[in-house]
Amino acid sequence: MLFSENVKIALRALQANKMRSVLTMLGIVIGVATVVALLSIGQGATASITSSIESGGSNLLTVAPGKMQTGMSSMGQSRQVSHLYYSDYQALERILTQNIAYIVPVYQSSYMVKFGDESFTANISGVVAEHKDVRSFNIAAGRFISDGDNKAGSPVAVLGDQMAQDLFGELYPVGKTISINGVKFQVVGVLEAKGSSLGSPDDLVFIPLETGYNKLFGETANYNGKKTVSNILVSVSDSTKNDAVSSEVEFVLRRMHNITGAEEVDFYVLSQSDTLKTLSTVTQTLTIFLGAIAGISLLVGGIGIMNIMLVSVTERTKEIGLRKAVGATRNQILTQFLIETVTLSVLGGVIGILMGVGIATLFKMTGMISSVITASSILLAFTFALAIGVFFGLYPAFRAANLHPMEALRYE
Amino acid sequence: MIETKDLTKIYQMGETEVRALDGASFRIEKGEMIAIMGPSGSGKSTLMSIIGCLDAPTSGSYTIDGVSVENMDETKLAEVRGRKIGFVFQQFNLLARTSALENVMLPLTYAGIAGKEREARARKSLERVGLGARTHHAPNELSGGQQQRVAIARALVNEPAILLADEPTGALDSKTGVEIMDLFQTLHRETGQTVILVTHDAYVARHTNRIIKLADGKIVSDEVNANPIKAGAPRVEV
Repeated sequence: MLFSENVKIALRALQANKMRSVLTMLGIVIGVATVVALLSIGQGATASITSSIESGGSNLLTVAPGKMQTGMSSMGQSRQVSHLYYSDYQALERILTQNIAYIVPVYQSSYMVKFGDESFTANISGVVAEHKDVRSFNIAAGRFISDGDNKAGSPVAVLGDQMAQDLFGELYPVGKTISINGVKFQVVGVLEAKGSSLGSPDDLVFIPLETGYNKLFGETANYNGKKTVSNILVSVSDSTKNDAVSSEVEFVLRRMHNITGAEEVDFYVLSQSDTLKTLSTVTQTLTIFLGAIAGISLLVGGIGIMNIMLVSVTERTKEIGLRKAVGATRNQILTQFLIETVTLSVLGGVIGILMGVGIATLFKMTGMISSVITASSILLAFTFALAIGVFFGLYPAFRAANLHPMEALRYE
Repeated sequence: MIETKDLTKIYQMGETEVRALDGASFRIEKGEMIAIMGPSGSGKSTLMSIIGCLDAPTSGSYTIDGVSVENMDETKLAEVRGRKIGFVFQQFNLLARTSALENVMLPLTYAGIAGKEREARARKSLERVGLGARTHHAPNELSGGQQQRVAIARALVNEPAILLADEPTGALDSKTGVEIMDLFQTLHRETGQTVILVTHDAYVARHTNRIIKLADGKIVSDEVNANPIKAGAPRVEV
């Protein structure tokens, strides 16, 4: 007997009970749609985090003071305050030459910012001109901090997009004067919005580092009579050389800080790929978790199918007896019922995939949650639906196939 | 053609054994029209299901068309049913929402015959029972007599060795019943089809050439009926 005949018989049986078939299928439809939608959202989260980190430059190394906290070991110990110095930056700038695009120092602290009646606390970043290239900032209006500003110690400021809006609203910020901790600064530029990505400059105020040391940061930026910095950013020209540059940085800073090989360093070098790795582990776990929840609903749908198929087998006992009487073998009956279940689950799977893709696209369009529909998640959902059809179809199909022909014919 | 020897069927009903069939032996030749008769509980249904290969005997031997079937597995039995036996049931047992033609095609489908040949054979079979014009009607659009004709067409479509009819007129009014009996007689007379009628009704049984009577699982008589009633002839009670 041809396979297509079996499919025909199965489709006819499903058509005979349209309402029931649709309701049964709904369980699979919802399950598959959730799997596809949730996986897409999970992958969307991964992708948006990845891109936000990479937009900060995947070849960016951040040097920060302090020990890398590794689990519980650091908890009990009294942590010594450690610092990075401006001289560290100078040493790196002088010694490191290979594979380096830029090395820039940053001093960051929060102060009260005021314009007119608006005043609030904001993070102030003391930077140099190259900072713009290191972080790939785009200028929306005016200009960025220049070398001249730093040399002259000019009281100028560049605002992040959100900061400009908060302070000035509809007003054009460039040329206006703001006060930071009581010191007057003239706004010379506004950055383009970067969105809520990691390390976004949107709510920062940038001033020349030198101006900061001279007029704003005062004693807090001094330790042991040396100027301190919050971070040193190292932009590597070739991201495959990240590790090499990272160890060179460590070597130089160990010498600067008089730390011998055996001792633990009092700074750490963080590359974007490290951050990426950590975060993608988190989002992957999230995706698996979401997928598993959706999988449970698919499982419930499968149980629904099995339930209905068992009812159907009982209802059609006489039909099964007749089919056996006219020559249907055990295997033919088994195949017929299995195909019915698989047809239900596969049809439900296809509709579910379309719905899931629809939901994910809707999320994306409304901009609520980013979602990425991948072929693998669709394939996964489809395979799962198929497997559920086979798995939950086997028992009812065996029940049908094992019916005794005479007893089945007599069944009322 | 059909030969049984000491057919016995024992059902286990809880603690007690029920001997539904107790040593039935007989022989039916090709081209015979025969009735198996007995009251309910006599074992005629059990005998029918064994003859029809729907059930296996507990002991004894059964040969159909020279093939011994008592030790066959389920799949082989299904094949024998499909090729050698055509069933006609009291309740017709047609598939609902399925046209007459497709109902008749069903045994061919399971026998692996498809396409044009299957349809042509099914049409021919429907013509033999006088339903050539109603091939696309579903069972609920047909009268009881027409439904039973579809069932007979389905039974004939595989050109079976035996047409095995279980109370074929039981669900029909007497006029339609006569028409169906006429059809059986015509098939037997004109094409030499072997027909076995299983019935409790002596009047129906007397349409055949030979009557086997069962009681309590045993054959109590096996007689030739020299003057079978011709279907449609005025009913004379004896």
